[in-house]
Amino acid sequence: MSDKIRKIEGITKESTQAMIDEALSVYPEKARKKRAPHLAPNDAASGCASVKSNKKTVPGVMSARGCAYAGAKGVVWGPIRDMVHVSHGPVGCGWYSWGTRRNMMTGITGVNNFAMQFTSDFQEKDIVYGGDKKLKTLLEEAKELFPLAKGISVLSECPVGLIGDDINSVAKASAKDLDIPIIPCNCEGFRGVSQSLGHHISNDTIRDYIIGTREFAEPESPYDIALIGEYNIGGDAWSTKPLLEECGLNVKSVWTGDGELEKIAATHKVKLNVIHCYRSMNYMCKVMEEKFGIPWIELNFFGPTKIRQSLRALAELFDDNIKEKVEAVIAKYDPIMQAVIEEYKPRLDGKKVMLLVGGLRPRHTIGAYEDLGMDCVGSGYEFAHTDDYDRTAPEMPDATVVYDDPSEYEFEKFADALKPDLVGSGIKEKYVFQKMGIPFRQMHSWDYSGPYHGYKGFEVFARDVDMAINSPTWNLVKAPY
Amino acid sequence: MSNLLGLEVKKIVETTPEEVERVKEWINTEEYKEKNFARQALVINPVHACQPLGAQLAAHGFEGTLPFVHGSQGCASYYRSTLNRHFREPAPAVSDSMTEDGAVFGGQNNLHEGLENANAIYKPKMIAVFTSCMPEVIGDDLTAFIKNAKQKSCVPKDMPVPFANTPSFNGTHIHGYDSMLVSILQTLTEGKQIEGRCTGKLNLIPGCDFNTGDYREYKRILKEFGIPYTMLADISDTFDSPCDGSYHIYAGGTKLEDAADSINGKATIAIGPYATPKTFGWVKDNYSGKHVSMPMPMGIAKTDDFIMKVAELFGKEVPASLKNERGRAVDAVTDSHQYMHGKKFAVYGDPDYLMGYVSFLLEMGARPHHILCSRGSKKVEKELQALLDGSMYGQGCKIYMNKDLWHLRSLLMTDPVDAVIGDSHGKFATRDAKIPLFRFGFPVFDRVNKHRYPLIGYQGVVNMVTEICNKFIDIKDETCEDRDFELMR
Repeated sequence: MSDKIRKIEGITKESTQAMIDEALSVYPEKARKKRAPHLAPNDAASGCASVKSNKKTVPGVMSARGCAYAGAKGVVWGPIRDMVHVSHGPVGCGWYSWGTRRNMMTGITGVNNFAMQFTSDFQEKDIVYGGDKKLKTLLEEAKELFPLAKGISVLSECPVGLIGDDINSVAKASAKDLDIPIIPCNCEGFRGVSQSLGHHISNDTIRDYIIGTREFAEPESPYDIALIGEYNIGGDAWSTKPLLEECGLNVKSVWTGDGELEKIAATHKVKLNVIHCYRSMNYMCKVMEEKFGIPWIELNFFGPTKIRQSLRALAELFDDNIKEKVEAVIAKYDPIMQAVIEEYKPRLDGKKVMLLVGGLRPRHTIGAYEDLGMDCVGSGYEFAHTDDYDRTAPEMPDATVVYDDPSEYEFEKFADALKPDLVGSGIKEKYVFQKMGIPFRQMHSWDYSGPYHGYKGFEVFARDVDMAINSPTWNLVKAPY
Repeated sequence: MSNLLGLEVKKIVETTPEEVERVKEWINTEEYKEKNFARQALVINPVHACQPLGAQLAAHGFEGTLPFVHGSQGCASYYRSTLNRHFREPAPAVSDSMTEDGAVFGGQNNLHEGLENANAIYKPKMIAVFTSCMPEVIGDDLTAFIKNAKQKSCVPKDMPVPFANTPSFNGTHIHGYDSMLVSILQTLTEGKQIEGRCTGKLNLIPGCDFNTGDYREYKRILKEFGIPYTMLADISDTFDSPCDGSYHIYAGGTKLEDAADSINGKATIAIGPYATPKTFGWVKDNYSGKHVSMPMPMGIAKTDDFIMKVAELFGKEVPASLKNERGRAVDAVTDSHQYMHGKKFAVYGDPDYLMGYVSFLLEMGARPHHILCSRGSKKVEKELQALLDGSMYGQGCKIYMNKDLWHLRSLLMTDPVDAVIGDSHGKFATRDAKIPLFRFGFPVFDRVNKHRYPLIGYQGVVNMVTEICNKFIDIKDETCEDRDFELMR
């Protein structure tokens, strides 16, 4: 939470609203009415969402959103390294989401990690006659060819739900026959309005099939925690997990970055859940709180200011032993971080950034930019809910524009008006802005870099932001003739 | 609800390092290969994507055209991001965001609202509609939906709105390309055939080709000939647009009026018999002039065929500049043949690319030892076999139809080769096999600017030979003993 309400020179509620009205002026009336409540100036003082969210995308506007399958396969399930994840249905969904999220994994591919593309490659006949038989055979083949897989997830694509296949029955029968957990996940892409429902369905599936089915082999300790909503993008978990361990905590499982099925299944035994990506995994934190009495805390691992606040908030939940270790960690890293800031801040001070990411980073990364002297002049999400926007309001400067599921047109218009020095968004947006001569970083995948989490991550983040904004290549965009 | 599988609650068991080591060795064995090749249902690391991706590529090849996905919005995001990553360019496309209620009521309302919005916001000259799974499964009637859309004035009555049914559970991206392209041509040329008119132009259909350099190379060759042409569909400026401080949503593409007039062309060449059969069949029945379907001109011989066919169709001599170019390409291959001769390759990809790779390798004296197609056919197999049979370097080479990259991995481990030609997805298998991967196919997600270097024509031969031979020389330099390290290679 920020200490005081910040303002950006030249940005007022009126100027932001005028910019929004201007962008929407080309829309047909019905679309304009639907879109208007999703775009608003931030009301920092209220601490409340200023926009509507988690509603159906308006057809034809060019949204950046994905689908429930993407949220299930790409986000929640895909990073679990020791499971075979079957994209059940036609070939495309699995192929497009194969290796494109950058959730890094340890292990040997095809032996004890399965960062591959498994699909039932539905054909016409599977649509007509159903794919349940094929699924049964496929599960047997997977078990035979990948004997060290700890489990199999079956992730439904659109046709599976439409033709009325019963993957749940097949999974149950095959799990028994093959003596391996086989988790059916009904995450067809047409369900819900975005990736977000895929996260929720996957959380529910973990609740229904996995949690509580394993126990840790080691004795319990008061310092056992789980790291939830950390997907190890570009190696993030390899920065955050050691950091928490340095603070004296035992990170018993990570959900789900570089994750292991059995450790996830035993998470009901930890003493605290530490959640990073609230949007995609708050559901299971709440389930574990209600069912097993495990408290949870939201942390932010972007930038030294937020990390410091987060670690101290975490320490409050533990004894003096942890409190001392946390202070020692902060004392150790603060000067290192200060050196990073001293190197980059002079070149980044006062620069403006606009963000459009998924469900967390549009608020969580703001502090890291601010550590570098930058201002966030617009932020929004593809698939956030009201509780995310509530959390966003105090992070953003007052009156800056908040956009929910913006169309490419809206995003472009806002950038035209605000002239940011950097845009942080996804691959679909990247080249649009780079053609305009605006520096860009992919903030879903860390643009093939990373980690960005933790102290280790901030050094990389600061370097990348500087590299993007201050690259001499931008000076070449305009021809001298 | 919990533990719905009724699992016994157990302590966590870690896999032992010995067990990991055992399986690691096992997956490289002949025994594993046999089990792997016995798979009936599970597909692992397939080479092909689904139809709508190809449809979107075709749509991007026309001026002012907005690709429009009728189906779930996630589909559109997947196609777009795939094209973004390969070309490192924008790939604007919209979807009508069908959800659960679409499954109940059909997708007409979404389509109409989507068309109206897309038209108002993005002001296209043409909207090319294609489908993903959902409307295909529920049986949406696009013909009626689009007719109704025009009656309701969701889009102007005179705006071309071609559409293609591109179910993902049938065929691959190349079939979607074909279906979209023929629909676009049918729509644009309707009523445009003029008795006695001849544009004097060649219509060149480049096929489902993701290399913008190839398109530019075709155009350059035709310019050398002095032959006017219309390329159907031209993605070269769409996916290789200048960075000049401004963004243009429709950065390139064949002019709609040129495409409309293409029905009055002097001749049409459709490249890639496997990626353009529908389009070519329809063109043959409906277009004026002569019509030829040809393989991709990869390698010297197939380029010669292309050049000669163009010359023949237009009654022209091959220009001296192209003769010299051929000579320079042959000079490049004879100068460097020693680095490729006898080398064994595994190749995989779309059928039209495979024909090109195999033909090129054989004429270099290299062996296309494993040829793998993840969606092939008897016809593809027969044509590949004929290529192999025509060369002593094709002897002993094997063709694997409807196999995937996990099969390829078994092949590389049990019957090793020197290198692989394919796309970025082959990098896992080639890393395990410790051999180089030449990324001539689609997609290339992990190298820069590859799509700017043509693989077709004589220039394509020079590019391929240069990349392959220099890589082999690099490997020698990087791995040889000190006493074998020398200045000249």
